[in-house]
Formats: sequence, structure tokens, C-alpha cells
Amino acid sequence: MANKHESMHIDTYEKTWIIISILMLIVFFGAVTVAGLSFGVRVPDPVQRVDPRDLAASGTFAEPGLKEVAPKRYEAYIVAQTWSFNPREITVPAGSVVKFYVTSKDVQHGFKLQNTNVNMQIVPGQVSSLAVKFDKPGEYDFICTEYCGIAHATMYGKVIVVP
Amino acid sequence: MTTNIYQLTAKEKRFIGWHFFFAIFAISLGGLFGPFQAMEHAGWDFYEKWLNPLFHSYYEGLTLHGVLNALIWTTFFITGFLTFLMIYGLKRPLKYFWLNALGFWLMVVGLTTAAIPILMNEASVLYTFYPPMKAHWAFYVGVTLVVVGSWIEGWGFYITYYGWRKEHPRTRTPIIAFMSLVTMVMWQIATLGAAAELLVDLIPWSLGLKAGLDPQLDRTYFWWTGHPLVYFWLLPAYISWYAFLPRQAGGKLFSDSLARFSFWLFLLLSVPVGFHHQYVDPGVPEGWKMVHSLLTYSVFFPSMLTAFTVVASLENAGRANGGKGLMGWLAKLPWNDPSVLAQLLAGILYFFGGIGGLINASYNINLVVHNTAWVPGHFHLTVSTAVTLTFMGILYWMIPYLTGKELWCKKCAVIQVWLWFIGMTIFSNAMHVVGLLGAPRRTPLGQAPYIPEEWAGHLFRVGIGGFILLISLYMFVAVVIGSLFTKKLEKEVEPPVAESLLDPQTTPRWLDHWAPWLIGATILLIIAYGPQLIYQIQTAQFTSPPITNIFGN
Repeated sequence: MANKHESMHIDTYEKTWIIISILMLIVFFGAVTVAGLSFGVRVPDPVQRVDPRDLAASGTFAEPGLKEVAPKRYEAYIVAQTWSFNPREITVPAGSVVKFYVTSKDVQHGFKLQNTNVNMQIVPGQVSSLAVKFDKPGEYDFICTEYCGIAHATMYGKVIVVP
Repeated sequence: MTTNIYQLTAKEKRFIGWHFFFAIFAISLGGLFGPFQAMEHAGWDFYEKWLNPLFHSYYEGLTLHGVLNALIWTTFFITGFLTFLMIYGLKRPLKYFWLNALGFWLMVVGLTTAAIPILMNEASVLYTFYPPMKAHWAFYVGVTLVVVGSWIEGWGFYITYYGWRKEHPRTRTPIIAFMSLVTMVMWQIATLGAAAELLVDLIPWSLGLKAGLDPQLDRTYFWWTGHPLVYFWLLPAYISWYAFLPRQAGGKLFSDSLARFSFWLFLLLSVPVGFHHQYVDPGVPEGWKMVHSLLTYSVFFPSMLTAFTVVASLENAGRANGGKGLMGWLAKLPWNDPSVLAQLLAGILYFFGGIGGLINASYNINLVVHNTAWVPGHFHLTVSTAVTLTFMGILYWMIPYLTGKELWCKKCAVIQVWLWFIGMTIFSNAMHVVGLLGAPRRTPLGQAPYIPEEWAGHLFRVGIGGFILLISLYMFVAVVIGSLFTKKLEKEVEPPVAESLLDPQTTPRWLDHWAPWLIGATILLIIAYGPQLIYQIQTAQFTSPPITNIFGN
């Protein structure tokens, strides 16, 4: 070795530890990528910009609610505002795929659909979107998960899945 | 290598002591509200009955809790601790004491300016202050002054270091000074995001000079700072684990080179990871989220290095104390020393915090936990235990060092540390579980209409954990106050700086050169943030006016 002082001394055990650490992270990252690309566990991607002061002008949010686009395929347009969701309740048959589009009229909100993989930050000016398939009948609460003012704790709605 | 103790002047010690005074004052008030929140979850609401009208709402309390603990306790403690590490490490006074004093008093002015609107319930926006929810302008100005004050203290360190370097061109920078400088430089790069958000957007907007904001862009600015902020908290704790704990436990630092290498990696990787707080944001493309996910995994790596080196150093200590066998050395660590105990227990809980952090960072797995009670469950293991309990442990030797007086009631300090560990274990575990079941964070769950029966037991444990932490916090405050009135120590406290197993001078020179690492950090930032940040600025729509009448006043 040319200059002993320029190379770092690394203990054997430490070397093993470093290799294990790197391998572990590679495996984890691989698993996450596979889940995202092969199993479709997606995170939100930009869809549309809107003006929170005039949501009617956006077209899609002029009349919030559920729209059937094909048999058992729905789009749900939901407006979050202090301290409620509009609409508060939607009903779909079991086996439906619902694509949610959510935006805010005022401050930031959250949209977490319990017992599903739908969890989104709702930011004024943006539209958050994720899709989910409802296999089992029942009631699924969607709750506001971002602090939005004094009555934040009361802000929720539900999806009713009928057989 | 014998170290003759370098003496700090009484003035320098007082200066550091004032940092600690404000830090401890902040946590003694900010810490009070945490247990109130936890007990609210369990159904015991003190806000309505007791705290009103002095403290107006759950969210005023939560804002105080976040701001005073996560921003004030940490920043004041850290700048004070780093001041000590710079002076003692370089064995020379600050080049311009007045400059550091200016920075410090600016922080105090900032703290006061931000505190007034919070206490009037005019700034109940929590410590992330997401727009377009608007706080009183004084809140934003106050937070800005705290950050700028900490920058000025940092500039004072750089100038002092420059003077030392000119006189010692070939000597390795003493490790505690080196690590302090890396922490400060990282912090100054990291806070550029919040500076942009506050100076360009929030302050003019809150003063009515700007009609609207783009909240998505401000989230991106905020999280540029928001994640490295946690490394600003953690690195000083790591300094103590690397450079003090081995000596306190009776051993030596296992690897000087690896310790420095890990700090350089933190400088490189702490900042370009902010999108992992924005995985579920609508305005950030999936691809960029993936890039930051990978970079976040990379920043986990230096923490793994730290885990190895710290545990190896402790093993070295335990064996030096006569510990034998595979695990026998563990029993030989000085568990009855409150300073050591605090750091050991902090490290144990940090192990679980680290695992949780890796889960949060995992792109789509984050969908399960984002904005649930899991998240505060997680960061109460990291910032509120790994960091806070370590800082308490540091104070248990530093207060006697600064005052020259004995620590009051060492037994109380030991019990205090155990109670923190136990309280946090109960609290954090319950928060993680109830979060996985779907409970949102930042929510007075006692009032929420959608709580299923099965959460009740966990919410009860949240309250119990909070109550134990309340006792522990005030035992800590009692020990600190008591220690001001004890008798003088016969022998001065020697700061327990650990020697390295290998002479630090054998550490390769590339680990003591700033330029390559700073250039690397800049390049990585440009790659990770540049395109998306420019895109968000170019396409920004400033359509969100301030929204204020939602704090329940």
C-alpha cells in the first residue's frame, strides 16, 4: 500500500456488519419496488390543478359525488372543507372499484379510508387520487388525518359497501 | 496520550449555562402538555376543565408541546452543547464571543416573539405550520429569528475553527469539534428550505403583502428542512454516544475513522430525502418519491455504522471493567450512573425507533401509517427518547461541570431515567398499535365520533404512559433545580471525552477535508431536489388566501 495513512482501518466484524447493512437495504428496497410495480400498491401522483376559491370552475368538482363510469366502476369526487367532507356518505355494491378524487376548499386536510391502502394528503390547489377495490360489504370510514382547526376530530365520512 | 484539562472561563460557562436554562425552561412547559394530550386520549380531558382559560384549546397545547420541545428545547440545548464542544475540543476561546452572544440573544428574542401569539391562541398551527392555515405574523417572525440566531452562532464556530486550522494545518480536527461543525453545516444547508418558506411566502403573506400561496410548494420547502431537522437533533446525541459515552462507561472509542465517516455521510444524505414525508402528497410525482425513498434508505446506513461503533465501544468498556463472555460485559457497564444509564436506555429505544423509521421511509408501506398515531409513536422513540433522554444524561454531568456543584439526589436521577424509559415504552407501543388500527395523529381522540371499541385499551395505555412521563419530567426538573443548591465539589468535573483505540492522527486525511464533501452534498441536492423544485416554482398557483378563524377563539 502506497500510503498507509490514507486508507481507513476497518475491523473484520465491522466489515461484515457493513455488508449485511447494505444487503438488507437492497432487499427492502427491492420488496417495496415489487409491491409498487407488480402488486399496484401506488402512492398519489399529480392529476389536476384547481383553484380552491372557485372549485365549480374546475368542472369535475362542480357537483361532488359518485359517478358510475362503467358497471362496478366508479369515480368519487369529494370536497374536503372545515370540518366536513362533501359528500359525507357514498354507497357502492361489493366488488366495485372506486377511484377517489379529493381536493380542499380551504386548509390542508387528510383522507384516510380505514382498512384500505387509501391514505392521502389533501392540499388546496391540488387533487389527490387513489383507487381501491371493495371486496367485502360493510362500512368504511374515511377520516380527516391532517389537523385542520379546532373541530378536526369530528371530520369524517363513510363508504357503505352493500352486498 | 495524557490530556491536561483545558479550562473554560467562568464567562464561557455562564454563556453555555444560559442556553441550558432556556432549553430546560422550554421543556418544563412544553413537556407539560404532552401528558395532557395523552390523557385526553384515555378520556381524561384536562383542557376543558382545568386549563381553560389560561390555555385555550387542545391545539394551543399541542402547538406549545411541539414548538417548545421539538424546536426550542433542542435548538437551545444543541447550540449550548456545541459551544462547549468547540471551545473544549479546539482548546481555544471563541474568536468573536460577541458574535455568538448576538446569535444567542436573537434566539431568545425569537422565542419570546413566537411565544406571545401562541399563548393567545393566535398561532395554534402546530410546529409544522402548514399554510394556508395562518398564524399571527409574529409567530413566523419569531421562528425565523430562532433559526437565524442559531446560524449566527454557527458562523462564530466556523470563524473559530478557521483560526485553529491556520495554526494546525496538519493535525486532525479534534473529533468533538469536527462533529459539531458537521452538525452545524448540515443544519445551515437544511434550514434553507424553511428560510425560503418563511421569508418568501409566510411572512409577507401573513402581513397581507401577498394575497395567496401555493400550499404544495410550501410543503416542499418545509420538508427540505423538516427531515434533516431530525438529524440536527440526533447528531449531538450521536456525538455524546461516540465521544463521551465510551469514556463514561470506562472504555475507548472503537473507531475514530468510522465515526467521522458516518458524520460525513450524514452531511451528504440528511437533506435530499424530504419527499419521504410527502409520499401521499398530490403534487409530487411518484418517480421523485421513489428517488427520495432510495436516498432515505442510504441515510439509514450511517446510523447502522453508529450502532456498530457505539456498541463495540461499550463492549470495550464492559470488558475493561472485567466483563467476560459473549454478553457478560453488558452487566459491567455503570448502570447506576444516571448519565450513562440515560444514554444506554435511549439507545435501546432508539433501536425500535430506527426500525419504525425504516418502515415510514418505505414508500408504499407509508400508506399504512401516514398521519396516524404511529408517527408520533415513532418520533417519541427518536427525538423524545434517543435525543431528549441523551440530552438529559449529558446535563447530568454538564450541570455539575458548569456550576462546580454536586448533582442533587443521584438516586432521583436514576429513577427519573427509568421512569422515562418505562413511560415511553408504554406510551409509544400503544401509539404504534392504535396507529396501525387507523387512529389519526394530531387529533383529540376523546372527542372523535368514529372511534371503535377495540381502540379503548390502547388509548388507556397512551394515557398511563403519558402520566408516567409527566412524573419523570418533573423529577428531571427537580434534580436540575436541586443541583443549583448543593455543596461545592472538591474536585472539578473533567469532561469525559473518550480516547480513540487508534491515534486519531492515523485517520486518513480525506476524512478531514471539507471541500469534497460539501461539493458532494451540493451535487446530490441538485439532483434530488433541483428539477422538481424548479418545476413546482414555475407551475406554482398562488391561489390560497390566509385562513384564520378556525382556532376556536
